[in-house]
Amino acid sequence: MIAHSVFFYIFSLIAIVSAVMVTVSKNTVHSVFFLILDFISISCLFIMIGAEFLGMIMLIVYVGAVAVLFLFVVMMLNVAEQKGQWFSSRWDGGTHIPVGLLVSLIIFFELIIVIGGWKYKPDLLNSLSINMSTEVTNTRSIGNVLYTDFILLFQISGMILLVAMIGAIVLTYRERAGVKRQSYVKQISRERDEGVDLVEAERNKGVKIDA
Amino acid sequence: MLSIGLGHYLTLAAIIFTIGVVGIFLNRKNVIVILMSIELILLAVNINLVAFSIFINDLSGQIFTLFILTVAAAEAAIGLAIIVVYFRNSDTIRVEEIKNLKG
Repeated sequence: MIAHSVFFYIFSLIAIVSAVMVTVSKNTVHSVFFLILDFISISCLFIMIGAEFLGMIMLIVYVGAVAVLFLFVVMMLNVAEQKGQWFSSRWDGGTHIPVGLLVSLIIFFELIIVIGGWKYKPDLLNSLSINMSTEVTNTRSIGNVLYTDFILLFQISGMILLVAMIGAIVLTYRERAGVKRQSYVKQISRERDEGVDLVEAERNKGVKIDA
Repeated sequence: MLSIGLGHYLTLAAIIFTIGVVGIFLNRKNVIVILMSIELILLAVNINLVAFSIFINDLSGQIFTLFILTVAAAEAAIGLAIIVVYFRNSDTIRVEEIKNLKG
């Protein structure tokens, strides 16, 4: 129990510090690295609390795909010149920083108040739909539910991913001049007569090919 | 203090959520950091859902976390594609110089 709490505090401290560093860090590449650290520590918390499937999925999806995507975009775009500036190069006297801090503090205290003075509804535990059993592993019980009760949501999320993929391709696609491309129609509709030419070769003279 | 309950996880989620909101408000450096702050906010929501799901012994919270993960990945892909296109057109993604998007 002691080790559990010690690890909780370690991981959550790392998560909070790296979340602060994501927003504060001057170099965008460093921000991406701190985001990766944040995801890793949160997934450690998930594994520790008993949701090991989600922890692993978090590692695979976020650290393996999303953060690497961020890293690609940061390195592809020319944002290195903005390295030395913190929030803004020219401070235009706007009030967005104090107002933003104020609003965030209000949000935080509202959340803390809600967490502090919150109770279960008395008949909540009877009204739950899907109970977890202790004999089946976490991954197996998620699989049992995901492909039966939530199959519609599962397929819709697949459609969302498909639409996102098509959208990203359509957005970033551009025609470039001077690039040789394959023409499928031309390839498929090619006839034998265009490709093969029968030539009567004379003896000792050979054939000239370039027609 | 020593035994970790639901309140600890909710407090951690609240702190990370607030940091994400602060990042959206304060950042005028570039748009990518704003996208990362949105990812932080979604992460905080995921912590809430998983903690509730474990502590009241109901699996549907984890299922919803899975779907939030899906939507967050799709959103990051689309957002980064939009940023790439914008950078290609106007050579900057600094927040203070993106003024063409107003209305």
